[in-house]
Amino acid sequence: MRAKEDTSGLVLDSVCLRLEGAPLISIDCQIRPGSILTIMGESGSGKSSLLDFIAGFLKPAFQAEGKLLLNGETLSGRPAQERQIGLMFQSPLLFPHMSVLQNLLFALPASISTRSERKDTALKALEDVGLAGFAGRDPATLSGGQQTRVALMRTLLADPKALLLDEPFSSLDQTRRADVRDLVFRLAREKNLPVLLVTHDQEDAAAAGGMIHYLDGRDPGAGCSGFARPKPVSAQS
Amino acid sequence: MVILLAGPVLAGLAGTVLPAFGYLPVLGYTSLSLDPLRSLFAMPGLSKSVLLSFGTGLAASILSMAIVLVFTAGWSETRTFRRLTRFLSPLLSVPHAAAAIGLAFLIAPSGLLVRLFSPWATGWTRPPDLLILNDPAGLAMTFGLVAKEVPFLFLMTLAALNRPHIKEYYKAGASLGYGRMSVFFKVVLPQIYPLIRLPMLAVIAYSTSVVDVAQILGPTTPPPLAPRLVAWMNDPDLSKRLMASAGALLQLLVSACALLTYLCLERLAGLWQSARYASGRRRRHDALARQAGLYPMIVIVAVMMLSMALLAVWTAARSWWFPAVLPQKWSLGRMTDAFGMGAPALAATLALAIAAASIATALTLWLLDARSARNAATQGKLNILIFVPLLLPQISFLFGLQMLFLFVGLSGTLLAVLLAQLVFVFPYAFLALSDPWNRLDPRYAKVATSMGASRLKVFWQVRLPLLLRPVLVTFAVAAAVSVGQYLPTLMIGAGRVVTVTTESVALASGGNRQVAALYAMLQLIIPLTFFVLAALVPSLVFRNRAAMRLER
Repeated sequence: MRAKEDTSGLVLDSVCLRLEGAPLISIDCQIRPGSILTIMGESGSGKSSLLDFIAGFLKPAFQAEGKLLLNGETLSGRPAQERQIGLMFQSPLLFPHMSVLQNLLFALPASISTRSERKDTALKALEDVGLAGFAGRDPATLSGGQQTRVALMRTLLADPKALLLDEPFSSLDQTRRADVRDLVFRLAREKNLPVLLVTHDQEDAAAAGGMIHYLDGRDPGAGCSGFARPKPVSAQS
Repeated sequence: MVILLAGPVLAGLAGTVLPAFGYLPVLGYTSLSLDPLRSLFAMPGLSKSVLLSFGTGLAASILSMAIVLVFTAGWSETRTFRRLTRFLSPLLSVPHAAAAIGLAFLIAPSGLLVRLFSPWATGWTRPPDLLILNDPAGLAMTFGLVAKEVPFLFLMTLAALNRPHIKEYYKAGASLGYGRMSVFFKVVLPQIYPLIRLPMLAVIAYSTSVVDVAQILGPTTPPPLAPRLVAWMNDPDLSKRLMASAGALLQLLVSACALLTYLCLERLAGLWQSARYASGRRRRHDALARQAGLYPMIVIVAVMMLSMALLAVWTAARSWWFPAVLPQKWSLGRMTDAFGMGAPALAATLALAIAAASIATALTLWLLDARSARNAATQGKLNILIFVPLLLPQISFLFGLQMLFLFVGLSGTLLAVLLAQLVFVFPYAFLALSDPWNRLDPRYAKVATSMGASRLKVFWQVRLPLLLRPVLVTFAVAAAVSVGQYLPTLMIGAGRVVTVTTESVALASGGNRQVAALYAMLQLIIPLTFFVLAALVPSLVFRNRAAMRLER
């Protein structure tokens, strides 16, 4: 059991999601800053709904129980745009009507207000992922790996306090995959972010190096009473 | 929102029902009675009018749907299909009245078709005394309606086909040995039919109560119900208004019967169809049926194109006596004259089109965005409410609406006409935009929101630019619908608001073909301009964005 005072990172406290009354997924865990929890499960096991729940996009057809804490503050009921939770999906989803630079500037908080400072921050971010000189490019002309790297920097520039990764590497080919994956994990650790990774790739899970939580799509446990409790994952593990 | 949508319809219906039972205080009728109904049924030829409305409307709708479905079944995914699509899309923007006028110029006894064969084949040196136009059975009118509704239903079908996995179903069906048309009717159509059903019902409601096309192409002895009602409404004898209102109720009944008949037929076809799923018949040799599906479509496209070209020729013709195939004298002078005369009508048309399209598009965007923000799926009830004005005959509540505007002193103003047009423009705008909006990957908005972007920022910087093309197309559709509105403009404008559409219908029956053609051309050019802009602007704005070039 968790000690009451330790609520650092992302805490899913006895969370249970139901779809029109039927239990779909239940989980109880704490993801400490800088560590990764991997959730593995077949499609239909409610992974996407769990991410929707955390990020604030749960559809009205679903009901949620339990508490959601980020660094000690409760997230439930807060609008999605105020949660500071970075999302990465299977496809990079760079906005196709903007340039690479505009995509990054879109993410940058308005608190960085001068035009030059904003641009410099974005250009620096591009440089950090080896994409210096790509600022003016049309995202559609970038390779899959390059797009994912831009998407990663776009997510991080928005200054998130946690990361949710929804199979972000599955669209990449084998050779790029490991590079991009290591980059994502490294930057997340550097920024000391709790990361929730959803995947069905064993390699991803192994590379993440944290706790693994298995979901069974066909049998959502004993409903919401029997919670699967992965041990708290810490940065040292 | 509910009041905004249902308000005008309910108020209009009430304003029709009360006079229908003899209550119209403005004119001094304050007691309820059945006299209006009695005098209505005493009108000569009423049953014939009713039958004409019901028959031409329903026949035209079903024929249009059949042509569209058989053509789509035989040819979708082929080069022929794509080529014809390119011709059919602009035809959607042709207002009903302009199409009817062009068609009249083509098939009239003094029209181009007769001229082509005279006098060498027919021996006619003057226009024959035949009732090709305004034939008593309403054949010309039915054809006119078909020519106009086929492009509409076709584009609705095309939009419905534009969803994921439809192509795979064709492959799956073909690999099981089914012919192309069999796959369409047994596998694809059952999936897309729910999406084209509502447009079809709107077509039936419209066709059974159409006024402008009926006035130009329809029979006159007697005319169908709707144009007769309009004539009574505008009769100097004010007591006829009560009878006209009673007639509007009858019109409501006629359209309702046509809709019910269609729903029954649809049900029967569905039962017959599902009995065939299990038959295992593959109909691999459907070449003949495919040909049969192709020719009606080609005829319609050719006739429409020819009609529009004929309008253009007439606007530049000075003298064009029968049986010459081309004008003897050309002149642009008349065109500039008429342009001068028509300038106020053109300005009013443009103002109404831009205002109505802007309001309707903005309202649609607001509604869709609010719906997405609530994370709710489509709301069935609200959807039905939006389309109610399209499922009722316009005339049945426009009479009441006219009384209402008269009562508040707005009758005959641009504002009143704009409001009345919006009742019909908004549903089409919603129809045009809701599908592209719902097809946009919701994860774009999620990603933007999770980066802290407000709903407003997500709307202006993500959703709107991503949907720029469909939004502009929606604007063009809305503008085209506004330009095409004849009855609302006529009734609510009370003769004081004149648009190119009301002018062209009024001129169509007159002798001056040049001027009538010119107004019909103006009617055509406005929506066409908007459609061209809707195609050009996104290509310009996103010329450096590869992913935005594809149609979404």
